[in-house]
Amino acid sequence: MENTLSRKDLMRKIQELSFCAVDLNLFLNTHPYDAQALQDYQYVLNSLRQLKDLYNQNYGPLMNFGEAYVTGNSWKWVAEDEKWPWEGDMVI
Amino acid sequence: MWVYEKKLQFPVNIKKPNLKYANAVLTQFGGPNGELAAALRYLTQRINMPTSKSKAVLNDIGTEELAHLEMIQAIVYQLTRDASPEDFLKEGLQGYYAVWDNHIFPSSPTGEPFMAAYINNTGDPISNLHEDLAAEAKARATYEQLLNLIDDPDVTKPLSFLREREVVHFQRFGETLDDLQLHEGMKTQFVVKKP
Repeated sequence: MENTLSRKDLMRKIQELSFCAVDLNLFLNTHPYDAQALQDYQYVLNSLRQLKDLYNQNYGPLMNFGEAYVTGNSWKWVAEDEKWPWEGDMVI
Repeated sequence: MWVYEKKLQFPVNIKKPNLKYANAVLTQFGGPNGELAAALRYLTQRINMPTSKSKAVLNDIGTEELAHLEMIQAIVYQLTRDASPEDFLKEGLQGYYAVWDNHIFPSSPTGEPFMAAYINNTGDPISNLHEDLAAEAKARATYEQLLNLIDDPDVTKPLSFLREREVVHFQRFGETLDDLQLHEGMKTQFVVKKP
């Protein structure tokens, strides 16, 4: 998949789909046989995985502890020119 | 086991610092109906829940509360990061500055540090779920009070999102309570053990 979005827009898309995943997950916890919700969850999951891979490839790891792959020749998790989420917009 | 995701659940980008707002929002960090209390309440209660469904509900809502805690931390941080001692004096918040400078700390707006007593768990899953419903309702009310105080859309947008989540959690806890009362948890609900 080619990246056609700005970093900010890609992050927003990931936030939107992650939110869908959280909300559907909570719904499925109390409605485990709801076919529509199961289908929606699977759909969200597939798109989310693609976008997270795209982010990982272009901007470094989104997750720690073995949940994201290494890109380039350094440990980007600690890159000093990267903002952390609580510092505001990640695009500098 | 938890894994960190380097993103907020909902964006927080505050351009105008405001110590008064920060002081009010602080209640959702270290206050009685705050996100820290919520996360610890649910992640503790889940351990003794009787059904897989109730364990999952408490585990997952408790986990989402950690993401909300992070959003509240981000709001307080962005409202205070550039504040000087003079700014704190101007707003009458010199007591906070004296103890913590402009660093965030889980206390109530009036300075009581976070207390585990806010969690209010007991040994009965049904009672605990009633507590959880009350906690979500009180957190929603707190967000409404904050929205009445705050004028800056950079702050009210994430607070409105958090308020909506309290409504959804209330709904899921209600379904979990029904499920325990009417189905799997029924057997133990009214049993009183003799001394």
